[in-house]
Amino acid sequence: MVTMTRKIEFAASHRYHNPALTSEENLRIFGKCNSPHGHGHNYTLEVTVAGEPDPVTGMVLDLRELKELLDREVMQRMDHHNLNYDVPELAGKIPTCENIARVIWELLEPKIKRGRLHHIRLHESPELFVDCYRDGAARA
Amino acid sequence: MTAQPDHGLKLVLGRRYRFAASHRLHTDRLSEEENARVYGKCSNLYGHGHNYVVEVHFSGEPDTKTGMVANIAELDEYVQREVLDTFDHRNLSVDVPAFRTSVATTENLCREVFARLKGFPAARLERVRIEETGKNSFEYTGEEPKGGLL
Repeated sequence: MVTMTRKIEFAASHRYHNPALTSEENLRIFGKCNSPHGHGHNYTLEVTVAGEPDPVTGMVLDLRELKELLDREVMQRMDHHNLNYDVPELAGKIPTCENIARVIWELLEPKIKRGRLHHIRLHESPELFVDCYRDGAARA
Repeated sequence: MTAQPDHGLKLVLGRRYRFAASHRLHTDRLSEEENARVYGKCSNLYGHGHNYVVEVHFSGEPDTKTGMVANIAELDEYVQREVLDTFDHRNLSVDVPAFRTSVATTENLCREVFARLKGFPAARLERVRIEETGKNSFEYTGEEPKGGLL
């Protein structure tokens, strides 16, 4: 098995706020992430696909296909958008790194045509990130 | 808020912290000559220091109310109290009790940090990864060989 990883960056805004909680609770739990008009990050997403290289092309998955998939599913949906308002898959969810990573996983996994989605890492900042993978699969 | 079902996906939160500390690699179990041979310049008498990066990985199911595996502010506070307050701008070999009986290598530092953080109540500690410099890094997942610590 060989893995290949593609990295993309997108810039997006968000706000942590749960309408089921009081304003005081929201502020206590989410702190400055609850600030009323939101804030933003430069997100970095690393997507790792695992598989056997094709005997003819030598590729696990054509990088161009992966690039187009990430552009269609992630960049167009999230780059320079507000994750609370502009991404239907996140509707009703707090757009934490955990929830964004899960949505990205669900968007990408069924659309990988060669190999399989092995691992994604979503960085909200260099100091904070989430790894997402199938339970039981080896960590990338 | 909609409930968040388990999709068989594992979510692991990673957070990086920094501290600066000195240490000396030296053990009374070896002669001075052996210490010098094994540890080289790292056993120089008065120690030396590094800017360490500690990366901690915690897994769990995101809370349905907050969407988080662990509240970052609570995690930061825990790591500050259990690790950074004791390690930052200190001499690891002298100021951290565990390193009076074991050598303050970054391998042992990973174990010590793991032991100090595994009690974090909100999520499960999966691994500790420490960069001693930009060129050397070490990871520990809590797994030990049968029969306990070597």
